[in-house]
Order: sequence, then structure tokens, then C-alpha cells
Amino acid sequence: MKWIRQRLDKIKEPFSKGNKYEKFAPAINALDTFLFVPNHTTKKGAHVRDAVDLKRVMITVVLALVPALIFGMWNTGYQYLHQIQGEVGFWEAIGYGATKFLPMIVVSYAVGLGIEFAFAIMRGHEVNEGYLVTGLLIPMIMPIGIPLWMVAVSVVFAVVIGKEAFGGTGMNILNPALTARAFAFFAYPTYMSGNTVWVSEAGVIDGVSGETILGKLAAGTDVPYTSMDMFSGLIPGSISETSTICILAGALLLILTKVGSWRIIFSGFIGAACMALIFNWLGGAYFPDNDLMNFPWYNHLIVGGLAFGVVFMATDPVSAAQTFKGKWIYGFLIGLFAVMIRVFNPAYPEGIMLAILLMNVFAPTIDHFVIESNVKKRKKRVKAQVKTA
Amino acid sequence: MSKDIKVKKGLDLRFKGEAEKTLVDAPRSKTFAIKPPDFHSVVPKLTLKEGAKVLAGEEIFFSKYNKELKFVSPVSGEVKEVVRGAKRRVLEVVIQADQTNSYKEYDRIDIASADAKVVKNRVFESGCGAFIKQRPYDVVANSEDTPKAIYVSTYNTAPLAADPDFFLQDQKEEFQAGIDVLKKLTDGKVYAAVNNKSSNFKDIKGAEILNVSGPHPAGNVGVHVSETEPMNMGDRVWTVGPEDVAIIGRLFLTGKFDAKRTIAVVGADAKDRKYFRTYIGADATDLVGGFNENESRVISGDMLTGIKLTKEHHYLGFYDNTLTVIPEGNNYRIFGWLPFTYNGIHSMSKTSLSWMLPKKKYDVNTNLNGEERALVVTGEMEEVMPLNIYPMQLLKACMTGNIEKMENLGIYEVIPEDFALVDYVNTSKIEAQEIIRLGLDLMITEVG
Repeated sequence: MKWIRQRLDKIKEPFSKGNKYEKFAPAINALDTFLFVPNHTTKKGAHVRDAVDLKRVMITVVLALVPALIFGMWNTGYQYLHQIQGEVGFWEAIGYGATKFLPMIVVSYAVGLGIEFAFAIMRGHEVNEGYLVTGLLIPMIMPIGIPLWMVAVSVVFAVVIGKEAFGGTGMNILNPALTARAFAFFAYPTYMSGNTVWVSEAGVIDGVSGETILGKLAAGTDVPYTSMDMFSGLIPGSISETSTICILAGALLLILTKVGSWRIIFSGFIGAACMALIFNWLGGAYFPDNDLMNFPWYNHLIVGGLAFGVVFMATDPVSAAQTFKGKWIYGFLIGLFAVMIRVFNPAYPEGIMLAILLMNVFAPTIDHFVIESNVKKRKKRVKAQVKTA
Repeated sequence: MSKDIKVKKGLDLRFKGEAEKTLVDAPRSKTFAIKPPDFHSVVPKLTLKEGAKVLAGEEIFFSKYNKELKFVSPVSGEVKEVVRGAKRRVLEVVIQADQTNSYKEYDRIDIASADAKVVKNRVFESGCGAFIKQRPYDVVANSEDTPKAIYVSTYNTAPLAADPDFFLQDQKEEFQAGIDVLKKLTDGKVYAAVNNKSSNFKDIKGAEILNVSGPHPAGNVGVHVSETEPMNMGDRVWTVGPEDVAIIGRLFLTGKFDAKRTIAVVGADAKDRKYFRTYIGADATDLVGGFNENESRVISGDMLTGIKLTKEHHYLGFYDNTLTVIPEGNNYRIFGWLPFTYNGIHSMSKTSLSWMLPKKKYDVNTNLNGEERALVVTGEMEEVMPLNIYPMQLLKACMTGNIEKMENLGIYEVIPEDFALVDYVNTSKIEAQEIIRLGLDLMITEVG
């Protein structure tokens, strides 16, 4: 370890203050701090500090994503191979999925981190770790068939316009990963929706069909999957959104470590369930022909990107509401709107994306009203004092 | 009368290096010093020159903008040196101490029968005014004000901090007298916060007793104020440290400014962890046996709010009862950012397994455990903030200097010490105490 440290210090020399490559210090520091927690000591304020730092938090989210990531990789292979050959081996499926999925991850990280490093150098601050998560989320929520250059363009849009334009990590209003998806969704609709993009090669090879459940419901065709399929994730969809079990495993880690807000996750599911129940009732009573309305409420929670969105995207602390009460409202409305958009506007079967982006915009407003009640209390006290005086 | 205060939010930090509960006389320092920077926003005007003789309790400087506010020598001797920093700012007034103290004598005042004005005059002319701090802003009190209430806390919940229950045992009579004096300074109440579990001070008379329980910062005055008479704009509340109350009491009982100060020497790197009795402004070198700045850090005060001492500046702070010596954390940790690793370092976050051992006493050093980042994680500051405010929003308002927002979010209710735990726990390593201090300074210049 000492040897590595000494080598690193040597490499870093030209990047230190007053030397040739001083400007590029954030880049080399970012790499260095990935190997070592630096020897920085407290200079002011409290002399001792908690062991947690942003890197630890972000890596925890990445860990939480791993089950869904692996499953997505396997499911990519499975959905394709079982349609063309029937029996599929585990490693075969994973192997096939990896050849499709890994390049997307590499492109996302390379492009995104490249921009992050460039901005850090330009602005003279250290590289923030937020993109570790964003960079993984972006390919995970894309359809498998999307060309790599579209991934790259979406990443550029998300990082530059969605994040850096607002001042960088911690200042963005919209969740960057969803910004990337929304960009791709509206810029390249043929690659992002329809019935040929959700299973690998579905658009090219006849006999491979790749329609999502929500797509089928909107089109009024039969759904050949059981609730168990939907829960375990053996269905077509964006790469890692399908398996509710794997997503819940991630959610468990997020909640136990308190990295993800349990308030948002719970209220998100509650909101979706409420809306779906209302629709079930409406459907049963007035619209017996509307498949989406009559889709059982519990199935609404486990198909599409709802679970993935609520667990991993709505909980992004920067774009979510920041107060405890605000988080309840914010999560609830996300679930509510997600199902509402699904049912009312089948052209956008993926309601969760739009619901989260919408609530991202309203999160500061929700917080404002929550905080306002605290402010009012304070003002009331002053008034009471003036009266008695 | 008494009231129970049960604090729920907060964090008790258990670190190694508690002081043994034995009280010994410290070897008498050769030099003592009063440090004007201890009195935030006071511009000192020196009354004595280098070489002048001084009695214990004799004025050495006063506040340029308030002549009533006097600062006196804790010991008798000779003004040895006035240490100045940048722009000739006075950093320390060093006094070469005599072997034994000779005091400036005052005639005794009977507290019970004396006029309030006389009592107040005596407090300020004797230099005891320096012990009184004002909320809002955390500055030395203005002698012209009459505070809404006065708060004394005999419960210190900061990590490893000196325990007033122990070191004030033998000064209880003086403490009671001090409370009687404080009672004359306000039209409102005097609150004395005591440890709910074990306190020698539950029978103090004349003060409203607050039985406090809960994790740090339960012992901080900020919590007591917000639970009793929350601060509003324009309010003035005074606070006095527990041993300082005894000093004020002693002044009235004996006629002498007898600035005895008990110092708990704590922390893993402290050699002799005990309670030492000395005088205010003592030389810390005598208590820690020298400085080795690369190995360990000497802090006057507790490890959350104290000031770092160095070989050049080694005198104890005016208000401090604790001297903390902990290892410097200037080492690298390979892959130290991985979650669930290095669980030997305490963390409130559940990304470390340290929460599984709530009773364990941890080693601690001064490593920042990361680098400063943008504010990302939400909800963690609230967990350690028992005051009814939104800490992150208030910090952001202070960063942007938005005065109206700061007022709305409760800037008058906080002082930097209330954000010490926020410093400790926040993932982004934001210097919350500094931000609040700068915010308060802005309020002083803009609102006053």
C-alpha cells in the first residue's frame, strides 16, 4: 500500500499548486481519491468528522442497483434467446445480455464522466461523485435496441443542460438520468417506444416480438404474462426496470442504509396503489372495456418502470423534496401521476418518467409550503409578543 | 419550579479518552493570557502597556465600542507581552504571573438587599461582564441591555467534555450566589439546566430548573431557550457558563475576582487525563506536556467547537473547561470510501456498520474522512437538530446572504455551537459552524 501511495504522490507532483498541470488537479484528484481516502484533516469547525462521505453514499446506491443490473443483463438475453431457440442457459443469457448492455454502460460513463471532469477543471472544483449513479442509471432505463450514439447524445444533453447549466451537482432541478431518457424519448421516439424496441433484435428479425405489457394493454391485446412473471421480471421492458424483486432488494439496501428516503419509496407505492384502485373502481363501474383501467391495482405496481422509478429515481435527494413532510407529498404524487398518465394517455405508457420529472419541478414548491408553516409559527410568536408588550 | 426537557434528536458521540474524576491542582503556569479573539466582535483597547504591574481582577483592556465592557487579568503579575497578528490585531495579552495572587479588592455587597443597578454595575466594572454571552449572535453581552431571561447549563453533553456536576461540587455555595446575582440582572427568569439523571444542582434556589435528558446537544443552551422562551427578533437572552457563575458569586461573597478554572484534560492522546484546577487563560503546555503538532492536536474546548492550540499560541480559551488532545488524522486509507468498511471509525450513517455497536467507545482522529462536496444528501442534518428550524435551508440562506430568509428561518435562534453536530455528520463536509458564524456577522452589520 505504501508503495502505491508513493508512486501516486510522484505522479501527482506536476499537478500540485504552482506546477505545470495545476489546472488539471481535479482530474487527478478524482482518480486518487478513488484509491485512497485523502489525508486531509479538519481545518475549521468541528475537529472530528463522521466516516461517511459522498463517495460512500453514491457507491451504496450503485450497490443497490447491482441486482437489477445483473437481472437486466440476463433478461435481455433471455427475452431474445427464448423466442428464437426455446431453452436458454443462464450463462448464455447473461453472455448475450452483456454484449448488448456493457457497451451502453461504457459509453454512458465515458461520455458523462468526460464532461464532468471537463467542467470540474473549468470551474476549479473537485469532481462530484453523483455521476457514478447517473451514469449507471441511464443505460439501465433505456430500451435494449437503442444505438450507442443515441445513448451518448442523451448523456451529453442530460449532463450539460440538465445538470451543469444549473450549476452542477446539487443544483439541478431535474433528475439527470430521467432527463437523458426524456430527451431520447422525444428526440428518437421510434427507438424509444412502440412494440419492436423492447426485445433485442425485435425490429430486425421476424418472429421476435417485443411489446411491453402496458403497450399491449393500451393496444387492447391480450397479456400473456402472470402477475408472478411481472413480479420476477420475466417480461420485456427497459433493460433493468422489469424485475420488481431485484428492485425491492435494492430498495431494502437503500432503506436500511437510509441512503434512499423510505418516505418517498413508501408514499410512491401508496400513491400509485390509490390511483390504481380508483381506476379499478371507475373501470368496473363505468368503463368495462378499458383494459388499462381494469388492470388490477397490484399489477400496476409491478409492471413498467414504476417500481424502478420510485425506488431509484424519485429518491434522488437533489431533485426530490428536501423536507420530511415534503417527501411524503412528493412521493405520493409521483405514484399518483404515474398511474394517471399511464391510463389517461396510452401514447405515453411509461407514466413514471413524466410523473417524476413533473414532481421534480414541483418539489421546491412543496418544500416552500412545508417550510412556510415553520416560518408562520415564528411570525405568530413575534405578533403574540408585540400584543403582550 | 422545574420543567422537564426531553431531547429526542441529536447524537451522543462516545469516544475514548474520558478524564478520570479526580481533581488536582495544576502546576502554576508561569504565564497566563487573555485572548481578545475569544470575545467575538470585541475590538480591544489596551489600558496597560507591556511591563506594567497588574493585580488579579485589574482591567487590561476594554471594548472600543462599549467602555463598560472590561476585561481583567485572571492573575497578578506583570504584562509580559502583547501578541499581535495581521493588521496589528491583538491576539494575546500575556501576563507573567506572580507566585501567589494579589487581588484587587472590592467592598462586599449583600446580594439579597442590594439594588439591581448596583449589582449590575459591580458585575461589569469587575470584568465579570465578559462571562456573559448574548443570544442572538453569540457575542459578549452589552451592559446596556436588560435580557429577557438568563440561561445557565450545568449539563455538558459534548463528547468527552468536562462534567460540571463533578468540578463544581466544591463551589456550590458560590454557584448559588452567582445565580442570585444573575437574578438581579433580568426582569425575567433565570433558567438552570441540570442533568436529569444525576445532578447536584437540582436544589438551586431562585432559578427555574430545567431537567434535561437526551443526546447531545441536549446540554446546549440553544435547546433550552427554544424549549422555554423561543427567541424572537429583537429579543436579548444572556447565557453564562457554570463555572463562571461561581466566579461571579465569589466576587460578591469575597470581594475578589477569583478566576479559578477547572480544566478536564481528555482525549486519547492526553497523557494525564484528570481534572486540573488552575486560573483562566492558563498555559496549556503545562497540562499536556508539550506539543507535537504532526502527531496530535491540542484543542482548547471540546472536539466539536474548540480552538486548535499550537506551539506559538498555547493559552487556554477564556470560557473553556475542557482541553482535548486527539491524534491528527493525516493518513491515507486505501479504499476507505467503500461502504461497510473501516467500521472502527464512528459514523451516524448506516453505510457503516458502526451503528451495530452503540455502546462501543471509538477511536477518533482529525481526518476529514472525505472531501468537501456539493450539498446532496438531505435529512441527515435534521436528525441531529433538536431546534425547531430547517438546518439545511438556513445554511443555504446564510450562504447566499439572504437576510429576510435567514430571519424567517430562525437565524436569531441559533449560534454556531448549535450546528456543531451538523459539521460532524454532514456527508458533504460543509463547514456549517463557519457558515452560521458568517451569517450572524452579516446580521450584526445589517440589522444589529
